[in-house]
Amino acid sequence: MITPTHYMVLSAALFMIGVVGVMVRRNIIIIFMSIELILNAVNINLIAFSAQLHDVIGQVFAIFVIAVAAAEAAVGLGIILAFYRNKETVNIDEMNLMRW
Amino acid sequence: MGQAIAFYTLAAFILGFAVMVVSTRNTVHSVLFLVMNFLFVAALYVLLGAQFVAVIQVLVYAGGIVVLYLFVVMLVNLKRPPEAHQDAHRHGAFGFWLSAAVLIELVVIGIYGYARPAAPVAAVAAVPAGGNTEQVGWLLYTSYLIPFEIASMLLLVAMIGAIVLAKREL
Repeated sequence: MITPTHYMVLSAALFMIGVVGVMVRRNIIIIFMSIELILNAVNINLIAFSAQLHDVIGQVFAIFVIAVAAAEAAVGLGIILAFYRNKETVNIDEMNLMRW
Repeated sequence: MGQAIAFYTLAAFILGFAVMVVSTRNTVHSVLFLVMNFLFVAALYVLLGAQFVAVIQVLVYAGGIVVLYLFVVMLVNLKRPPEAHQDAHRHGAFGFWLSAAVLIELVVIGIYGYARPAAPVAAVAAVPAGGNTEQVGWLLYTSYLIPFEIASMLLLVAMIGAIVLAKREL
């Protein structure tokens, strides 16, 4: 029997993989992909609870999350392109212009 | 039983592809693994009875966002791999330890939840008639009309912003 707890554990594991990706990798494109993994983990939680409670509101919110993720990807990749044009790198260690 | 087999298979694929996404050296391979990850997550949505969100996941994530990522990977010249040089100020192990701490916290919460299971939630009313898509569309255009319009404005602003950012000169 698959309970919502199973889905939450799967979601937490996917979330942690995304967090490890954000923290460990230096390629900013892969960091953005890890953020997409994190958003997917959130969506799995929302859909699992939606199915458990027989209420489609969770699915509506999942659609909003997907819309925000699309906006985030568009703007973020635009920033990556603009940055790459100036500095010829996608390494976040070299993105330190605004560091103190 | 069949549901359990389907869930564990999909979960194994989702987690496996997620690990591949963050661990592969080649960025293009990483994007392709991300597509597979999104497709299996969409299959999980079908298993949960959310067909509309599953279709949106395939269309928007596996179709749209991933193409955007591929374009950027192709446009950005990765001859000098970003992981090549070592920065002494960067503590990769710190990320692992921080993630491990959060994972332990989650496990503790899970054990606590098993020890004192929450009271079963009463099923909300009766399941409304109509298909999944119909229910979601009804909610989007009645109760959540204003958030829906705000989301459309957000996408418009993001589109203009992306063009402004990526354009060479205005």
